[in-house]
Amino acid sequence: MNRVFVIGLGAVSPAGWGVPALRAALDAGEPLPIGRIERPGWDRPLNARLVPEPSPRPAFLAHARFRRASPLTHYVAAAALEALGGVQPLPPRLGLVVCLQIGCVQYSHRFYKEVLESPAAASPILFPETVFAAPASHLAALLGNVSLVTTLLGDPAVFLQGAALAADWLTEGRVDLALVAGAEEANWLRSDAIWHFDHGCVTGAGAGCVCLGLEAGASGGVELSALTGAQTYMSSISRGRAAQLMRSQLPAGSATELLCDGLQGCRRLDAPERAAWQGWPGPRLSPKRVLGEGLMAASGWQCVAACDALARGDFTGATLSVVGCNQQAIGARFVRSGGPFCLSCSPESPKLSAAGR
Amino acid sequence: MLFPRPVRNGPPPRVAATGAGIVTAYGSGWRVNAEGFRAGRTAFRPVTLFDVSRQRSKLAAEADLPDTLPPTRLPARQISRLDRASRMLLLAAHEAWGQAGWEPAEDLPLVLGTTSGGMLLGEEYFKRAVGSPRAHRGQPTRALHYQPQTQGRVVAEALGFSGPIIIIANACASGGNALGLAWEMIRGGRASRVLAGGYDALTQLVYAGFDALQTISPGGCRPFDAHRDGLSIGEGAAVVALETLESAGRRGADILGELIGYGSTMDCHHLTQPHPEGEAALAAMRQACAAAQVHPADIDYVNAHGTGTPQNDSSEAAAINRWAGRHAAGLPVSSTKAGIGHLLGGAGAVEAVVCLMVLREQWLPPETTVETPDPICRFPLVRQPADARCDLALSNSIGFGGANATLLFRRFP
Repeated sequence: MNRVFVIGLGAVSPAGWGVPALRAALDAGEPLPIGRIERPGWDRPLNARLVPEPSPRPAFLAHARFRRASPLTHYVAAAALEALGGVQPLPPRLGLVVCLQIGCVQYSHRFYKEVLESPAAASPILFPETVFAAPASHLAALLGNVSLVTTLLGDPAVFLQGAALAADWLTEGRVDLALVAGAEEANWLRSDAIWHFDHGCVTGAGAGCVCLGLEAGASGGVELSALTGAQTYMSSISRGRAAQLMRSQLPAGSATELLCDGLQGCRRLDAPERAAWQGWPGPRLSPKRVLGEGLMAASGWQCVAACDALARGDFTGATLSVVGCNQQAIGARFVRSGGPFCLSCSPESPKLSAAGR
Repeated sequence: MLFPRPVRNGPPPRVAATGAGIVTAYGSGWRVNAEGFRAGRTAFRPVTLFDVSRQRSKLAAEADLPDTLPPTRLPARQISRLDRASRMLLLAAHEAWGQAGWEPAEDLPLVLGTTSGGMLLGEEYFKRAVGSPRAHRGQPTRALHYQPQTQGRVVAEALGFSGPIIIIANACASGGNALGLAWEMIRGGRASRVLAGGYDALTQLVYAGFDALQTISPGGCRPFDAHRDGLSIGEGAAVVALETLESAGRRGADILGELIGYGSTMDCHHLTQPHPEGEAALAAMRQACAAAQVHPADIDYVNAHGTGTPQNDSSEAAAINRWAGRHAAGLPVSSTKAGIGHLLGGAGAVEAVVCLMVLREQWLPPETTVETPDPICRFPLVRQPADARCDLALSNSIGFGGANATLLFRRFP
């Protein structure tokens, strides 16, 4: 059996552009300040943690494909380029899996508003960017040597379906490296939809990306050990039951193993996952408590945070729990493989704070 | 476990299609669609589903859906919540499931391709959120059912199976990629059977989008015609039951055809335009043939992506010319979008079912509206209904954004 290693990590989040910013925020452990999104027809705005403007402006934004691209595409590309940062030269065959739940809602919203107002005048520039496949297309054009590309939709656990697909491509010898990115962007429509399910939920935006490969020598010292089956929610399988089935496929854990979960501080939404992981014997990290409900971006952040923490050497393993909101629960386990640290990692070890736990 | 995968010994299993369901503007079901495709009927008419009075174009291929859905395990309350896309998907899945004779099961993957999912509900959500911001009734349901994974779960609940649901959104190649991924899952030993397909309903946003790009033909598309002037939008769904040949044989299932090859490539030329020489389409066809160990000379029919836009058809024709070489002159090609329009995420799956029809019933689907074939086509366009011996049929899908998929089917004796 081929082994699969984590070669690099990338992130864009409300904490900033890059893994160091994500790490610093999680290290501090304090929920980031809440921003506001105006909702038409309401006095009270919606709560959200927004991605700050990048400083300096990333060079790739000057590429022709990115001049009109959506923020979603910018996040995907920035995270992917960071994850590939230490790989030189790039191999001839890259695989790319982009995972989205809501997708390009900013441009879709703008375009449909134009359609309703005056369809004949609706912008032909906006429409192509509303297509789910646009971020993957732009990134593939930027990288130039992408041989396999797919965009997957679904709830946040799809990020790990994407990782499984990438691992298949690698182990079948179809690509040399594979990027898996999860991303979402901020918009009042998205926050409004989530508000209907939990009034206290704070949305977040950004992207998380892992670069996977088969060479231990090139890895960040982290190996993909297991991805559970997809436990799909059905009328006969509740979200809580699916979370328990997911946990049952993973090792019991230990005092030296990290659990990176998807708890966000919303009691009702968190309950099934909290119950499934009751009695976890080791430390816990909950990135969404700090960064917000980033949907597919959040499962990307979880994966990045778990691998980053593992690469620092504080843990013997890291377990990832993604209990998606309306499709499935999938878990993953990463272990240290003894290789060098990720090139995108800073020398400091993460210190898990109370809020982050 | 999704990883690590079980180690597979021996050659990959052969993959049989034992069920197929289809909904298009021709109607719902294999028979009515086979008749429509065989005759090359055109199904374009003025759009009635939303207001197009201020659009440049007014035509599309709308599907007339039955008033009631076939009996399934879904409760009436859930059925009442289904949008148009879900209904089409469920109709197609129900037909495929019944034809395959599958029984409810656990761990049966569902792989679907779509570009819009429940966009109709998304549009309604937006209109209500803006127009009546304090009226929340129905909004949570719209937010939930807008998402394609919910539509996938509806299919699983209705037919009584459970397992992973994978949603591919590679634009117009989504349906082809969904069947291709299902084929890879079976060949790789990750599943012994998979329900796979694609679907998309006609929506105002998408229609207006193509209209804004000025890519919709005002009078109905004519793929590969020298005077073609754009595509036509359609809607529909197709679902195929795929399983190992061994499983199908063990059950004594009626085999509609074999899926023997799949190619998937990326065209980085432009977001909305293919490479002029069809590099990625060519590579996808070559990949599919290599996987199936067949030569272009062996292929009896190509169901082209053939949207009817000047750029797509020129690019695809160039790719077919290069791929088939000297054999192009004897290779029948047609685009069934000439009859039912472009079904976007549903296109690849619907056209896969057309290939199964061709192999099963031994006829070629014509494009009856082509008047002057574009001279770039070195291959004969099928323009009149015809019976034909057909053992191998190939289907191309070329997506917005650059995703390309080719599926290759073989007649089962």
